[in-house]
Amino acid sequence: MSPKDISRRKFIKNLGGGVVGAGVAIQTLSAKTRKESKPPSKSDSAVALTFTVNKKPITLLVEPESTLADVLRNDLKLTGTKVVCNHGECGACTVLLDGRAVYSCHMLALDAQGKSVTTIEGLMDGEKLHPVQEAFVEHDGLQCGFCTPGQVMAAEAILIKNPKPGKEEIIEGMSGNLCRCAAYPNILKSAVAAAEKLNKS
Amino acid sequence: MAESKYVKSKIFFEEEFEEKLAEVPTDPKGPWPANDNLKIIGKPVSRIDGYDKVSGTAVYTFDINLPRMAQARILRSAVPHAKIKKIDTGKAESLPGVLGILSSNNAQEIKWFNTSSLFDTHLRYQGDEIACVVAESEAIALKALKLIKIEFDELPFTVDAKEAMGEKAPKIYDEGNIQGGKPFEYARGDVDKAFQEADAIVEDTFDTQVAIHNPTEVHCSVVNWDGDDLTVWDSTQAIYGVRDTVADALKMPASKVRIIKKYMGGGFGSKLECGKYTVMAALLARKIGRPVRIVVDRKEMNLAVGNRPNSVQKLKLAASKDGTLTAISHYSYGAIGGYEGGAGCSWPARQMYKCDNVKVEEYSVFTNTGPTRPFRAPGYPQGIFALDSAIDMLAEKIRMNPLEFRMKNNAEKHPMWNAPFTSKLLKEAYEQGAKAIGWDKRNNQPGADKGPVKKGMGMASQIWWGGGGPPSHAVLKLNRDGSARVIAGTQDLGTGTYTFMAQIVHEVLDIPMDKIEVILGDTAVGPYCPSSGGSTTAPSVSPAVRDAAENMKIKLLEAAAAQLESEKKNLVYVNGLISDTSNPEKKIDIPGLMGKMGEQTITTTGSREANPEGYITQTFGAQFAKVEVDTLTGKIKVNKIVAAHDIGRVLNRKTLDNQFHGGIMQGLSYALMEEQIVDINTGKVVNTNLHDYKIPIIADIPEIEVIIVSEADPMNSNTGVKGCGEPAIIPTAAAIANAVYNAIGVRIKSLPMTPDKVLMALNQA
Ligand code: FES
Ligand code: FES
Repeated sequence: MSPKDISRRKFIKNLGGGVVGAGVAIQTLSAKTRKESKPPSKSDSAVALTFTVNKKPITLLVEPESTLADVLRNDLKLTGTKVVCNHGECGACTVLLDGRAVYSCHMLALDAQGKSVTTIEGLMDGEKLHPVQEAFVEHDGLQCGFCTPGQVMAAEAILIKNPKPGKEEIIEGMSGNLCRCAAYPNILKSAVAAAEKLNKS
Repeated sequence: MAESKYVKSKIFFEEEFEEKLAEVPTDPKGPWPANDNLKIIGKPVSRIDGYDKVSGTAVYTFDINLPRMAQARILRSAVPHAKIKKIDTGKAESLPGVLGILSSNNAQEIKWFNTSSLFDTHLRYQGDEIACVVAESEAIALKALKLIKIEFDELPFTVDAKEAMGEKAPKIYDEGNIQGGKPFEYARGDVDKAFQEADAIVEDTFDTQVAIHNPTEVHCSVVNWDGDDLTVWDSTQAIYGVRDTVADALKMPASKVRIIKKYMGGGFGSKLECGKYTVMAALLARKIGRPVRIVVDRKEMNLAVGNRPNSVQKLKLAASKDGTLTAISHYSYGAIGGYEGGAGCSWPARQMYKCDNVKVEEYSVFTNTGPTRPFRAPGYPQGIFALDSAIDMLAEKIRMNPLEFRMKNNAEKHPMWNAPFTSKLLKEAYEQGAKAIGWDKRNNQPGADKGPVKKGMGMASQIWWGGGGPPSHAVLKLNRDGSARVIAGTQDLGTGTYTFMAQIVHEVLDIPMDKIEVILGDTAVGPYCPSSGGSTTAPSVSPAVRDAAENMKIKLLEAAAAQLESEKKNLVYVNGLISDTSNPEKKIDIPGLMGKMGEQTITTTGSREANPEGYITQTFGAQFAKVEVDTLTGKIKVNKIVAAHDIGRVLNRKTLDNQFHGGIMQGLSYALMEEQIVDINTGKVVNTNLHDYKIPIIADIPEIEVIIVSEADPMNSNTGVKGCGEPAIIPTAAAIANAVYNAIGVRIKSLPMTPDKVLMALNQA
């Protein structure tokens, strides 16, 4: 059965009457938790979404109008992804969808059906920072840090596409990410350094 | 042990002097040597909070999620001026998931601003608060907002300061639209006489736009009651300020309110005061017995949480042939929106240059637009834009190089109070900046370049406060394992407070950076520090931290003297080890000493010293810009900015450079791009999102060179630090404007200098 075939009714049946509210893997829900976790916010129109987040397969019920950012932040508690404009204008919510940078506030969560999402949390190797993240610390590519997860993901997306990007390509690739602190010179330095570092290793 | 005393100390904050009775140390620690002789101060040190921020683990107020937390949103006026007749919340209340609604129907009367309340039925601008809904989710709260029915009478409105000053304008307050009923006035010398005797006079009008802070993290709070104790997580620059406002509003003791702010996504001044939303959330949380999170969205950010007001400035300047600036007359007005605020921008005219005859008249005018709030150097970027444009015009009129003209009129003493400065290296900033940009290669003839794309160079001066002062305290706890925790009731806006506090502890006590934990942004934990505005955080907090660390060293040496039975004067502290110079056998390290003392932690406190009596502490600088202007498209491109400033001691070169980059980029944005636009026909803001409200992107960065001409200001404090956040933005727009004139020979007197204005000016020339 593909994720698309799961009707809401069947989905609930599989759970034994409970509903997943917080992106917890279905199997781990105990009977007790189920009774108490009945979230009042999921309506009858909620739909099952099955996708991969940071390499982990996840299925949960989402409202059809929920954005991917909503689901990541509110349901999966992955609050590393920030929302600044909520209208696809600033890039703060940038995540990777099958390896490509997308604005997660600007797409429906259901459009991630069957796909693979990587968030800032997913770049880490346990407690260890990813080389792009390391470069942002080393070159101080941030001030308040609120735009930073988006900047890091945008830089990573450029490097996935082209491991040896020129400066111009980096500038173009990161032009969709606003930083009101305007730490841009160091953001650029960080992204350039990350590219160099990845090429050395 | 260190003792303290109480003094009255003057400190300049945002727009005025405040006198405070402050606890200060009786044994002020001497100044540090130059940074070259220090271990970590002034070096490029990576932020200690960098890991949290790049990994996504940093929890901002926006991210806080408490069990059973409900979500609140605010209904705001869609019109610029109205009187509410009736609010019907019936339909909204019956929407499933709605938990509570607050409006003038049911909310207790809570005073807000001088003459208004939390829910005022007189709506004075598009964005004024009407009601607040709390629901199971933000989506439900938003749906409910749409179901609230408002009956209101629309009132005639005025959104333009000049119109609002006129007799016929609709009155926003019965007393009239000029705040305080009269202008702010200042005068010294005899301006009229000076103009009569002048060899050269320039006179012109300049105007600047409304700019919106737009920090990336929206204004938001999370509140939670525990019995009568209220905890508020707030994205704020002023934890103690918010605490007091919330406590006042709810008529409860301030000690019952705890404000927490660990990380915040910027502020730039808009988060210097408590928002109504925080109090609404607290009221609703009490009502429903659950924690409440309240956020505003980007549109509300652009309507209702403050702006840099516009200005219209009429300037008249006079000079004698030898290049002496003899008179400045500054008349200005600006819109402050529907509630008290300030649109003053005359500080630069009053104090930037030595000038014996100065006259100022400025009006803050109520209009049916959003409220003002301090925005990174309130009044200064606009004031310097007008003043330093006029200074260039005057220099040209007397055929003097504008840099030379500024040097000649440099004020050795403060021109308003004839008081000496604790330090002033403006001349050095002029010289080093000029050298770095290659000032001698500037066009002698403005607009002389051949071809449609013309290049030019310009500069402008900077003055600001930034000396900080008491009261400001820190607590240092040393643990037996040799690690330390330093605590202060201050804030880090992304400016680097966390990191410099750790650096100072490392500098004094040699404790490794990764063993120093910094705790700030919590009124229940930290000792008092002032709010983070006015570039005062580093100059106020760093000396307190150093005082605490030095006190710790004193304490350890005293304990070691008793333990080793040594004379205190023979003991030295190196790398956490105390040894007796007269007997190499006698030594003890921190864990050993604390073991002997039977202590798990030892604690010291530290305080900021008083500011020196009779002296003024200010920051100074100059920025130089290289631009090119395409005379066919009107587009201005900034190629390079050199920023040379006197900001006292550098604590951390890495975060300092970043602060300057940010300030300069915001200045560039103010010069060329950003502007809130209000439709005068409807009184509504046209651009309330980040697509239409233009701010720079990564592709807009010019080459930036930051030169710090100062080593330290030892008279001001034991660290000699002056603030740098605001100095960075002040002269940028003026330097760019002067460079544009140098490029095309036509002066743009209106910000932002968008292509349409450039083309229009070229056509009229
Ligand atoms: S928050 Fe998604 S683009 Fe701004
Ligand atoms: S670091 Fe603050 S918005 Fe980019």
